[in-house]
Amino acid sequence: MAIYSDTVMEHFTNPRNVGEIENADGVGEVGNPVCGDMMTFYIKVDDGRLSDVKFKTFGCGAAIAVSSMVSEMAKGKTIEEALKISRNDVAEELGGLPTQKMHCSNLGADALHKAIEDYLSKKGQS
Amino acid sequence: MRAVYLDHYAASPLPEEVQESMLPFLAGSFGNPSSLHRWGDDAKTAVEESREKVAALIGANPEEIIFTSNGTEANNLAIKGMIAGSRRKGKHIVISGIEHFSVMNPAKSLEKQGYDLVTVPADEYGVVDLDELAAALDDETALLSIMTANGEIGTIQPIREIAAIAMEKGVPFHTDAIAAAGHIPIDIAALGVQAMSIASDGMYGPKGAGALWIKKGIRLIPLLDGGVQEGGRRGGTENVAAIVGMGTAAQLARERMGERSEYLRGLRDALIVGLPDRLEHINLTGHLKQRLPWNASFVVEFIEGEGMLLFLDAQGVAVSSGSACTSRALKGSHVLAACGIPPERAQGSILFSFGPENNMEDVEYVLDVFPPIVERLRQMSPLYAKFMKERG
Repeated sequence: MAIYSDTVMEHFTNPRNVGEIENADGVGEVGNPVCGDMMTFYIKVDDGRLSDVKFKTFGCGAAIAVSSMVSEMAKGKTIEEALKISRNDVAEELGGLPTQKMHCSNLGADALHKAIEDYLSKKGQS
Repeated sequence: MRAVYLDHYAASPLPEEVQESMLPFLAGSFGNPSSLHRWGDDAKTAVEESREKVAALIGANPEEIIFTSNGTEANNLAIKGMIAGSRRKGKHIVISGIEHFSVMNPAKSLEKQGYDLVTVPADEYGVVDLDELAAALDDETALLSIMTANGEIGTIQPIREIAAIAMEKGVPFHTDAIAAAGHIPIDIAALGVQAMSIASDGMYGPKGAGALWIKKGIRLIPLLDGGVQEGGRRGGTENVAAIVGMGTAAQLARERMGERSEYLRGLRDALIVGLPDRLEHINLTGHLKQRLPWNASFVVEFIEGEGMLLFLDAQGVAVSSGSACTSRALKGSHVLAACGIPPERAQGSILFSFGPENNMEDVEYVLDVFPPIVERLRQMSPLYAKFMKERG
């Protein structure tokens, strides 16, 4: 369908890193099924790097492609680098997103950051 | 790859007879129906013949048919024009919660101008609540508008009963029959309504033509002031080719309705029975029996409509959805909400709308390709994961 770039369609059709991580070091959930999109990100951290990133997403094609792209961008990065991944970076890597999808579906970076915050707060407590 | 078009609610291919009837009016018979010479006369005759065919489809007098540019204009003309022409003292407009935007939004626009808008609820099958309806109508009611059938969920309303209630209260009653006309028998005299909207593209005619039937004696103020076309009730040069196409479509609908609707019901029911056989957590929306022949609509739990649409498109299947993500306004369907379907479930809306060129192989193809798509999207869905964990 012409509303999405080839990259979006490719990630939507073959999403990377779908799934959950058992005993994840951090979990981040954003969105709400009522407004259309919901994402849960799971991260595994080794030596300050995201050794594994997985996600589950309920939402439109854009939401699924965004999740897949974020997981790919974040995997192997340090915590500091991963926190710098912005919504715009994700949209850019995807070859752009339709304007109306920029706000509601582009939540992947937020979910990733939440998972990292979850990891950091757990680490602070231990 | 197989191409399976199941989005006839959005648009349909034109039968050859319809195409052929239109062609002369795109070329040689290009005249303006208002002109007095023979070019004008040819066009005028064609428009009047079409008016007769459209009138015959609903049992109307041709003089009571006003051609418009589409169904939306017919609904706007009915709501705004009948209200502006109303001699009743009241300022209440009564509609149902499942009306199409082209009825709901003109009513809302009048509400901004000081009218009171009363919205009557529907039950879980999309049938308008007759007790609530009766309670909503009184001397203050200037107009009642309830659709004959809803295209999104397929539910056919008890229009005759609604008309009887309206008549008892003396309230003028308009019905939007755009999704129904040409698909189920409609006889305005037997129904007892005062105005009815229909559209060409709702019954395998071309886009660009619609009609409002309004009973003689009911006052109507035009939306478009201009020349004396349509008896001064709708100014503007007629879209002759589209009107002619609509006439042919109406005639075909009259001749073939029984055969067509029986055929479409067969396809529809094969899907309505087949999908829940192959998939868990999929529910039919709308009424099982009081249902348009071409409509098979569902909500699929734990996933969202656009994903289904895109994957089906990749398999050559065209459908539509009432999910928020698939609407340009990013709002979920108000029709599904009016049926009490919670927003997260309405996100999983999917509508298969059949047409005469579909066949049983199309249904079998959908039954083959659709369940794996649903499974695939569910494997990605956090809601499904949560559900499976809770179920244990």
